[in-house]
Amino acid sequence: MRENVVIRTVCRLFVPFIQLFALYVIVHGASGPGGGFQGGVIFATSFILLLIAFGLPCVRGRFGRSWIRAYAACGIIIFAGVGLTCILFSGNFLEYAAIETALGIPHLQTLMIDIVEAGIGITVMAVMTSIILDFVGKEEEEPL
Amino acid sequence: MNRSALVAVIFIGIILIWAAEDMPAYGDPKAPANEYAAQMYIDRTPGDIGIDNIVTAILASYRGFDTLGEVVVILTAGISVLLLMRRGEGQ
Repeated sequence: MRENVVIRTVCRLFVPFIQLFALYVIVHGASGPGGGFQGGVIFATSFILLLIAFGLPCVRGRFGRSWIRAYAACGIIIFAGVGLTCILFSGNFLEYAAIETALGIPHLQTLMIDIVEAGIGITVMAVMTSIILDFVGKEEEEPL
Repeated sequence: MNRSALVAVIFIGIILIWAAEDMPAYGDPKAPANEYAAQMYIDRTPGDIGIDNIVTAILASYRGFDTLGEVVVILTAGISVLLLMRRGEGQ
């Protein structure tokens, strides 16, 4: 299947659109259906499609193991960082309204929620990709 | 070992089924969640947070700490799979 030119071409065409759609779902979380969890999983499916069409070495080469771990931690750091920033502006943990009143910028809460959603999306994307790559890596070591 | 695990699973299962009897029926208008909480979120989201999606307002703002915990749970699941599947490597 990996030599099938139709599958490889279609996957190569589809992956950027899937990733763009995932980013749309994440960014759209504040104003419509969507959010970090859904968008992250959609982003991970683009890597799964790459895995099906091009095999494990291709995906590992594009999205290495250390990068996956870094991204998985990075999302939570973004989320918790936003929460701690609220404490710096003398609010409670994750109280976005405190930053909005301190800086006086209207609709800043929407931006904070988008940043939080992006953090959720990064972690979910990295963890989903990590899980599927770990399972596939195990199967390729020990063929059934 | 296996038998004690089975006993524990059955015991906890009985407790959970017993507890589920007391939960309000799905969509019950008299349930506490439907009586005032849902209406409160619908009324207060435009003024408090100012975004259109009430689900996201609850997820990211009203229950932001809960969502942070959920993301940590997902990370923990990923680390668990990593540890289980990569067992014995690098020795």
